[in-house]
Amino acid sequence: MELTAEEQAILAGTRGEAPKRALEYQIELGKFCGARRFVPVTNVHMMGDIEVMGDAGLRYLKDEVALGARCVVGATTNARCIDFAHCARMGQDAAEVEKERELIDCLRDMGVITTDTCINYQTVYQPHLGEHVAWGDTGTVIYANSVFGARSNFESGPAALAAALTGRTLDYGFHLDEHRRGTFTVRLDAPLKDLADWGAVGKIVGESHQDYYAVPVFHGYAGMPTADELKHLGAALASYGSMGMFHFVGVTPEAPSVETALGNRKPEETLTIGAADLDRVYASYSLGDGDARLVVFSGPQQSLLEIRRLAELFEGRRIREGSSCFATTNGAILAQARKLGYADVLERAGVTLLEGVCFYILQNLTPMRIANGWRNMVSNSAKIVNIIGAHRFNTILRRTAQCVDIACTGVLK
Amino acid sequence: MIAIVQESDAALSVDRAFGAAVEGEAVVSEEGFSPRYDLDRWSGLITKPGHKLEGVSIKDKICFFPTAKGGIAAGWAFNDIRHKGIAPRAFIFGIANPVMIQGAIFAGITITEGWSRDPRGVIRTGDWVRVDPQRMTISVVRRARQGEGE
Repeated sequence: MELTAEEQAILAGTRGEAPKRALEYQIELGKFCGARRFVPVTNVHMMGDIEVMGDAGLRYLKDEVALGARCVVGATTNARCIDFAHCARMGQDAAEVEKERELIDCLRDMGVITTDTCINYQTVYQPHLGEHVAWGDTGTVIYANSVFGARSNFESGPAALAAALTGRTLDYGFHLDEHRRGTFTVRLDAPLKDLADWGAVGKIVGESHQDYYAVPVFHGYAGMPTADELKHLGAALASYGSMGMFHFVGVTPEAPSVETALGNRKPEETLTIGAADLDRVYASYSLGDGDARLVVFSGPQQSLLEIRRLAELFEGRRIREGSSCFATTNGAILAQARKLGYADVLERAGVTLLEGVCFYILQNLTPMRIANGWRNMVSNSAKIVNIIGAHRFNTILRRTAQCVDIACTGVLK
Repeated sequence: MIAIVQESDAALSVDRAFGAAVEGEAVVSEEGFSPRYDLDRWSGLITKPGHKLEGVSIKDKICFFPTAKGGIAAGWAFNDIRHKGIAPRAFIFGIANPVMIQGAIFAGITITEGWSRDPRGVIRTGDWVRVDPQRMTISVVRRARQGEGE
């Protein structure tokens, strides 16, 4: 790899052991990925919580703190696994809760801003066209690439932390023009009226093209998608297809037309998604031998507009006795939702509002499922329907208003 | 019957590789993988209902996956399962994503990406295989006995 004088100085340890160790790790990654150089980043978004890191991860962070690790660019955290206001009632392990507090302290000692959100792009930082960032989770990356025209690869926790300590990431993948061109086209020939419909499109396209470098070009949509709609589309593409970028003609800065999005090359494939395709997605889910007592609005966290919509739908209604309904968001949005009265409406209906977490990340989720006798999880998020399987939930995708009805009646339609 | 195969008889070659040379029992999957989506990270068992490897342990195995699924978790999770003693000896991906690479390298687990031919045609679950990242090859050391690993 070509290293600048500054990078050679970091490697020589002039900035301390922590950035030296981080750069060595990045160079090892670069050898595998075939990166030839680094590119400076302006912002980092990282995952870091005890559920995914475990004791070994916590030890690693403590070592980093002891080495004097400090972020050299703005770095924020993704959703975490514990909402401290609800953890005892939800049956989360007291010992793990304490470790989560230690872990947060470590991150703050390094200068990480613990925003605890997977929708940083809606609430914290919006990078501009061509701006290089180092983000994770995958939903944040695909949004940065596809809606803002910023540039990021999937940067998992240790890789994002390394970028925060060195101020740079590897120049490969979606940092390079050659990988940002569309590879196939998808004509949207269906009315997409609900967030779940956008997620269903992501499922259809992602599931059949599991390739990080497959870049779909969406076109033909009659309306103008909202930020939340693009969020659900991107989160589902990244989840089902492991995709890092899409083009939406008329939205993506690099996609004023199909031809430009494709880099004037022929698409490898041309798809059309119609209403019948969406119907097939919804028809593919069934209750099995369980019941519909768990409804979740999460993965990604809810925006203020999503919270308002839920408040409208739950107004004057009540979660069915014996059922549970959770909505997750970040601290900033929850504070606004409280001020605006949306949170009160939802809590009066019996919805549990969780702050700073995503449902699928929750510590102790499998024991929680067993203790509550949950077999099925109903959600309007195609991403969470896909991602929560290891905890052995049977999952069901439904449109938002249907999810609210299911929460209030216990009846799946 | 056990057939000993010379190391030079590579079953397949790979495009990219990291880590130490390792040997172990192969688990060959028809479905992609993500530790968040598919794996119980406390037992090492694939637990996602309906996964083609549901109920199979990845502990100490050489795991062949055609694709990587989404999710950012592998970055930390591979290190976590290694310290819990339930990690595989190697991940062999047809198409990986950066998360799998970042996680395996951080954890010190051998990983490869890209293969010269579909391993399902030359390696069966239960075969004892050797992964040599330096030579970018994967060889069958001995075949599973009939019925083994199925």
